[in-house]
Amino acid sequence: MLLTAFWFFASLMILFGLSVVLLRNPVSCAMSLVMCFISLAALFVTLDATFIGIIQVLVYAGAVMVLFLFIIMLLDLRTEKSRRLNFGATLGGTLVVAAFLSILVQVINADPALSKALPALPPGMPTDVKMIGFTLFHSFGLPFEVVGVLLLSATVGVIVLSRKSLR
Amino acid sequence: MDLDLILYFLNIPWVFLLWTTFLKSFIFLNLTIIVVSVTVFAERKVSAFIQDRVGPNRVGIPFTLIGGKKDSFFFGLGQMVADPIKLLTKENFVPGGVNKFYFWLAPKLVMIPPILVLAVLPFGSTLFGVEMTIANLNIGVLYIFAIASLSVYGITLAGWASNSKFPFLGGIRSSSQMISYELSMGLSIIPVFMICGSLNLNEIIDWQVVNGWLVSPFWPKGFSVGSLLHPADALHAFVAGVSLQRLLLWIPLLISFVIFLVSIFAETNRLPFDLPEAEQELVGGYHTEYASMNFALFFLGEYAAMFAGSGAIVSLFLGGWSCPLIPDGSHGWFWGLVNIGVFFVKVSLLLLFMIWVRWTLPRFRYDQLMKLGWLGFFPIALFNIFLTAVILALVRN
Repeated sequence: MLLTAFWFFASLMILFGLSVVLLRNPVSCAMSLVMCFISLAALFVTLDATFIGIIQVLVYAGAVMVLFLFIIMLLDLRTEKSRRLNFGATLGGTLVVAAFLSILVQVINADPALSKALPALPPGMPTDVKMIGFTLFHSFGLPFEVVGVLLLSATVGVIVLSRKSLR
Repeated sequence: MDLDLILYFLNIPWVFLLWTTFLKSFIFLNLTIIVVSVTVFAERKVSAFIQDRVGPNRVGIPFTLIGGKKDSFFFGLGQMVADPIKLLTKENFVPGGVNKFYFWLAPKLVMIPPILVLAVLPFGSTLFGVEMTIANLNIGVLYIFAIASLSVYGITLAGWASNSKFPFLGGIRSSSQMISYELSMGLSIIPVFMICGSLNLNEIIDWQVVNGWLVSPFWPKGFSVGSLLHPADALHAFVAGVSLQRLLLWIPLLISFVIFLVSIFAETNRLPFDLPEAEQELVGGYHTEYASMNFALFFLGEYAAMFAGSGAIVSLFLGGWSCPLIPDGSHGWFWGLVNIGVFFVKVSLLLLFMIWVRWTLPRFRYDQLMKLGWLGFFPIALFNIFLTAVILALVRN
């Protein structure tokens, strides 16, 4: 059941990923990317990582892509002219993807432990939210706080830069 | 087919899960649609009452006016049926120059998210041992936020696809409004998680059944019908329910409740925050160019979102299906049905409150709306989290 859902959403994701690249209307591309993110969230859910899946929808599909769409609409981008296929770029892209795939297959085949799917939650952990909170604040407490300070300084920087009169 | 065989088949765990889920979805969805259509009618009646008018009272139930003496049969309740028939039979006019696909897609995208939210709302305790939640998700609250954050696409795309100035301005306004209020809405309920220790709506309600609704400052623990007859028991229950921690926690919880309630108004584009469709400035906002059932989907989507938002408020702060002196569904199917009724009564009262606010308060100006969201609610919600943490750490129960 879950395996069927996994393959269904995986193929859906690839389909929408392709349409992001191939469609010519910028709004269609943005909406395809939204669908791609939602399929990715569904993939996470089939792998028992519900929290990551929901956050994927909340942050990327619900907030980041709305801003993308906002900007596409404000700039009033029209449909691109259908261009001729750039042979060199296509060949290069295919080569890079093929190389990446072959490395991935080699890595997975190298260690027999990787071919077996492990449960998402270790025994004794009730929910994945608790698991993530425990990992972040227990094992990686200091790095987590440092990243928080980094983000805060970036936010303050944005506010300072966007003020109209700089002294 | 043998009856025993059918019963055996229906009791296989996954088949049981499948058909009960379908049945629950079907019943809850239909109840919701009935409540939504009654709300549309109530909106007109309540607005008429507040403005000292009569309101719709002409449409009766067909074939019941034998003799033709009274034409105000059932207070004009037939209006609920007449409205959708009118909207369905109107011409679906599509103006030239619109982006056809997105113009067609946008109303559906407005209607879908509120219906998806219904999946995690616990609308009753248990009935015949079956849990009255369609999907008991571990992170039900976050699911509601994730789905609600998708509802902005319908309105934004409607504004863009209409290829016209006023809808476009409405769409832009709505997306910035929804993004702004999502933040304070998400932050405002973190105190609830800290106190209940769970993101699961069912567990939050179970916590409230034992420890009392989150908006109340104290709660008579173990108060039952039996203790009503014995004043000493009732007094004991009241004294046991009062604690310093609970009284202090009431302050942040009340702040959370108010911020969440107001944010729901902003998220559903209700007055006093209906800037995206402000008639005096934007004609009809994002749905200016829409006609017939496409328009009705925007209209019904707003009411469905009100229902889903009220359901979330009821589950998070007002005890969900629970009510003092009423046992839960494990005491028999009758109490299970009563619990479902309690949930719908609470939601209906909140919907009435929303309608009342709409016809009482004037509309905000756009800069006031943004100022309230970013400079008012956002810092207060952040401060509220710290306040809750301090109270939980310093004052032991």
